[in-house]
Amino acid sequence: MENIITASGLRKHFGSTRALDGLDLEVRRGEVHGFLGPNGAGKTTTIRVLLGLLKADAGTVRLFDGDPWNDATSLHRRLAYVPGDVTLWPNLSGGEVIDLLGRLRGGLDNKRKNELLERFDLDPKKKGRAYSKGNRQKVGLVAALASDVELLLLDEPTSGLDPLMEEVFRQVVAEEQARDGRTVLLSSHILSEVEALCDRVSIVRDGRTVETGTLTELRHLTRTTITAELASPPDGLADLAGVHELHVDGTQVRFEVDTPQLDAALRQLTAAGVRGLVSRPPTLEELFLRHYKTETNGEVKAEVAR
Amino acid sequence: MNTLAGTGALVRLILRRDRFLMPLWVVLMALVPMFLGSSIKQLYPTAAAVGEYARENLGNSTFIVLYGRIYDTSLGGVTFWRASSGMLIIGIISMLVVIRHTRVEEEAGRRELLGSAVVGRHAGLAAALIATICANLVLAVLLALGLTGLGLPAGGSFAAGLAWAATGGIFAAVGALVAQLTEGAGAARGVGVTVAGAAFLLRAVGDVAGEGADPSWVSWLSPLGWMSQMRAFGQEQWWVLAPAVALIALLVAVAFALQARRDVAAGLLPPRLGPAEASAGLRTPLALAWRLHRGSLIGWTAGFAVLGAVFGGVAKSAQDMLAGNQQLMEIFERMGGESALSDVVIVGTMGISALIASGYAVQATLRMRTEEAGLRSEPVLVTSVGRVSWALSHLVFALFGPLVAMAVEGLVTGLVYGVSVGDPGREIPRGLAAALVQLPAIWVLAGLTTALYGLRPRLAPAVGWAGLGVCLFLGLIGAAVQLSQAVLDVSPFTHIPKIPGGDLAGVPLVVLVAVAGALLALGLAAFRRRDVPVA
Ligand SMILES: Nc1ncnc2c1ncn2[C@@H]1O[C@H](COP(=O)(O)OP(=O)(O)OP(=O)(O)O)[C@@H](O)[C@H]1O
Ligand SMILES: [Mg+2]
Repeated sequence: MENIITASGLRKHFGSTRALDGLDLEVRRGEVHGFLGPNGAGKTTTIRVLLGLLKADAGTVRLFDGDPWNDATSLHRRLAYVPGDVTLWPNLSGGEVIDLLGRLRGGLDNKRKNELLERFDLDPKKKGRAYSKGNRQKVGLVAALASDVELLLLDEPTSGLDPLMEEVFRQVVAEEQARDGRTVLLSSHILSEVEALCDRVSIVRDGRTVETGTLTELRHLTRTTITAELASPPDGLADLAGVHELHVDGTQVRFEVDTPQLDAALRQLTAAGVRGLVSRPPTLEELFLRHYKTETNGEVKAEVAR
Repeated sequence: MNTLAGTGALVRLILRRDRFLMPLWVVLMALVPMFLGSSIKQLYPTAAAVGEYARENLGNSTFIVLYGRIYDTSLGGVTFWRASSGMLIIGIISMLVVIRHTRVEEEAGRRELLGSAVVGRHAGLAAALIATICANLVLAVLLALGLTGLGLPAGGSFAAGLAWAATGGIFAAVGALVAQLTEGAGAARGVGVTVAGAAFLLRAVGDVAGEGADPSWVSWLSPLGWMSQMRAFGQEQWWVLAPAVALIALLVAVAFALQARRDVAAGLLPPRLGPAEASAGLRTPLALAWRLHRGSLIGWTAGFAVLGAVFGGVAKSAQDMLAGNQQLMEIFERMGGESALSDVVIVGTMGISALIASGYAVQATLRMRTEEAGLRSEPVLVTSVGRVSWALSHLVFALFGPLVAMAVEGLVTGLVYGVSVGDPGREIPRGLAAALVQLPAIWVLAGLTTALYGLRPRLAPAVGWAGLGVCLFLGLIGAAVQLSQAVLDVSPFTHIPKIPGGDLAGVPLVVLVAVAGALLALGLAAFRRRDVPVA
């Protein structure tokens, strides 16, 4: 399938801070791609490189069939961007900003705009300074979603939205994708949002991509928690590769096991005779927290919004 | 809740934030009179020589416009007189400091952060005023000590110091007031600087139009006029401090009352609703820039129209004075060559207006920086608008805004003066020429700011304003402290031909335009290559 975004080996320094350290990213046409990682991982920096705002120190980027730094203006006609903190001009009304940005991008679907204003319950007559945080965010979302573009770059677009509006956002993005086959790169800390919308995700940490794939593939990479009541104390479980956090209390056992070793572990259990068994697949939180943790100390580096 | 709770803590916060800036301006400005005094002393070593120099210049109207009248011909009196532009500068600095610690904080949302802590409603304003007025008092003491160090009488030295500090205090209070009026700090600064410009002009008009040794009543409309009436080193009139303190108290009381009536971060005018849809014209970066710049363009242009009317009026009264005074006529013919007195006044006032208009140019150029740092350039730059078009949409206003303002001023000056001498047909084009000839120098400052914006965006505001500060210093004080021509030549304004009256030399104008163009091109080229946004 054709790639809309291909980035490989992206590096970017800000003074002594290493924001990107060999980041790779592939986004295919028509997919909603989740872009995840702890605070300061380099998501915003990557998106700004894709927008041609920042020039990467090293690495290659292709956006559609161009180079975001050199072909910025022509590529920008084909995409829309919503930052995590939409800032507005204090003396322009929300409606004016939506129309202006749409026109500067090369076109705006008026019918779609009015529909979105309605669904997001946004008053376009207020001046920029008078909007609340969530309403500023809605102005950015309506301006982007009502534009006639192929690619949406959304950087924590729902920060500050109430749950009702968050739900509207999910519906709208899902419809967009279903109807026009738009491509979306969605950076987010809201895991349920990612689960609901994303076909594939990339997880970055310290400026590097640590994992890419569908959610099912990622689940495959983590551990299942098993609690079992056995006929006799288990044998050889502790020696089995891929078994972690093993607690044995007489005939009661509880452990986590890597998905590839699941089969072998269950065989050990049945050998001891299974009276009761509870198997719990990893929750999304566990899945991501594991990737967010640093290898060195296992500490959770980032706060994950739940 | 006590509305002043937390004032002490906020004063300390201000002193901490300005720990470099505040001592710098206090000490530098306190040194100006001392340096002036010692250079005058070097040039005119005896009391008789100073006295002669002063008497020669008693009726020099260019000097009267710039520095006011001479009330005492001793070394101290002449020093106080020549240093008087420092009072205006101290006033403007004090005003900007107060705005910086009040409206700027509110605009940035930091005031709100503090407001949620135990800080009273008026604490921020009170703290800004206390810190600024104390800084001015320290300045007064340093200035007085410096002058006594030159061997001048202590009484006069302290009178001079207090006159400066009182001016600083008055404009600090003006800053407190204008900070209540508008939501944007930029607009507050604009209103404040216009007030300061008006104060200068009223003093200039009043002093020129006076009879004999005394200025006309017009000077008494300006705090700068009162403070020159301190007559330091002559017969000191200490009582002028009383109206100064009264005015400070009044302005502060009004500022506090206004603040009590409005919400944090709001102006006095309630926000209105805007249109639900953009007008058909709002579809280009230039149209957006027009929306962002039009308020200040209209404000500056209106201010300059007023300046023009005042200048036009002064020129006539200056000429009347000249007509009745043979001795003055001779002095002026010696000074200005063939050019008429009114020409000299117009050239001088247009030079000052050009410096003020440069403030507009720098401010409009820095709008790019404000937009970028506020993350408002990003949404435009990620549409099909290129970086250069975006920058040019702002630079149009930085370059042509001052042109419009200066042109209006020149036309109004020509018209008012022309009507008063009965020949508008001749004076209007001359006024216009006097105003427009200044533009290349203004553009150089816009170019400098743009170059920095491209190369080192974080430094652009500091360098832009410092560039203007250097030009102000060289223009208003430089010649008086006998700086060498090579140093004076640093300021682009030094190279502007003296029109009308002098020769219209084309070469310096072409060179200045070329320098401005090169700086602009450099800035734009660097801006295309750098990361955006630099926070
Ligand atoms: N303009 C800048 N100057 C200096 N450092 C920067 C700049 N922009 C980003 N950084 C640094 O680069 C790193 C990556 O930042 P980035 O904003 O891309 O993270 P992020 O993944 O978007 O984080 P978050 O989830 O908090 O939004 C951080 O360490 C940040 O401090
Ligand atoms: Mg981010």
